[in-house]
Amino acid sequence: MRRVDIIEAIIPVISDELVVSNIGLPSQELHMLDDQPTNFYMLGTMGLASSIGLGLALSQKETVIAIDGDGSILTNLGTLPTIANNVADNFILLIIDNGTYGSTGDQPTYASGKTSLARVAEACGCENVIECKASETKDILETAIKSKKMTIIVSKCESGNIPVPVIDIDPAVIRYRFMKEVEARN
Amino acid sequence: MSITQNMINAMVNNKIQFVTTVPCKQLSGIIELLEHDERILHVPSNKEDEGMGLCTGAYMGGKRPCIIMQNTAIGVTINTLVTLIQYYSIPLPILISYRGEVGEKVQCQVEMAVHTKALLEQLKIPTYHFHEPKDADEFDGILNHTFMAKKPIAILTDANFWSSIS
Repeated sequence: MRRVDIIEAIIPVISDELVVSNIGLPSQELHMLDDQPTNFYMLGTMGLASSIGLGLALSQKETVIAIDGDGSILTNLGTLPTIANNVADNFILLIIDNGTYGSTGDQPTYASGKTSLARVAEACGCENVIECKASETKDILETAIKSKKMTIIVSKCESGNIPVPVIDIDPAVIRYRFMKEVEARN
Repeated sequence: MSITQNMINAMVNNKIQFVTTVPCKQLSGIIELLEHDERILHVPSNKEDEGMGLCTGAYMGGKRPCIIMQNTAIGVTINTLVTLIQYYSIPLPILISYRGEVGEKVQCQVEMAVHTKALLEQLKIPTYHFHEPKDADEFDGILNHTFMAKKPIAILTDANFWSSIS
């Protein structure tokens, strides 16, 4: 399974949840497969989906799922100690780890080499860190949402991309419709 | 009441409930007060661009944010300021320790100080400069203006300001 296959598989689980999705293809794939006001798409700024997700989870009561990638986590590695030390039990960080910078042409990341992001997360103090196969992601995510415990999921998958359209929604509109949805649920 | 405490009260008065910080020597007093203030959630960041991500999430979750950092971090956060904070119209007061001005003891700090106002001008970030203690009287109004404008706004606080009020 590739990243897009994981996103497609988890849509029944995340469609009605608040989702912050990573820059580039992950957001474009989610937008193509299941555009919702509950999705906050990152159109720029690599690496901050997990930080935005944590800030959001700490500021309101609904479950927040941040869909990140191995490359983006490596870009903002400081996010993991912050997550570990500011526990929000309504926060789930799903790292789709395909071992490459997918949006820029599948150059390998260090997560495909010696670096285990699950072990990094644990070393940073994160509890409930689960590394899984791509095919297990949906069930593990569903269990994590129900557990009401902050969970970090590292889903290992194959690299590779499919053609996807760009997101033609103005950033202020993405932000506005997302905030209205957050407000209505709190 | 101290001017530093007044500044925190101005934050609360403007419904700021989420503050992230990356420390600076000049900011140690205000960070310590924040840490013990139950009206505000203080989440320290490891890097300022991460902090701006946290602030964006907090704002979308209904908590008004503020980031407190050093002017050297303008170099760290230019991309985030442009492609996240400005692009998505996130209101963000940025309380900045303006190192490298008169009274500075660390020579290297001058290197970013000479670029600070030019960078903020280039980024079209409204900028205020607190030099004298009375300048802090404007803080409440600046915060109010920030959330009305839905923009990042920089408040530079120099060595003279902090040494005069401590």
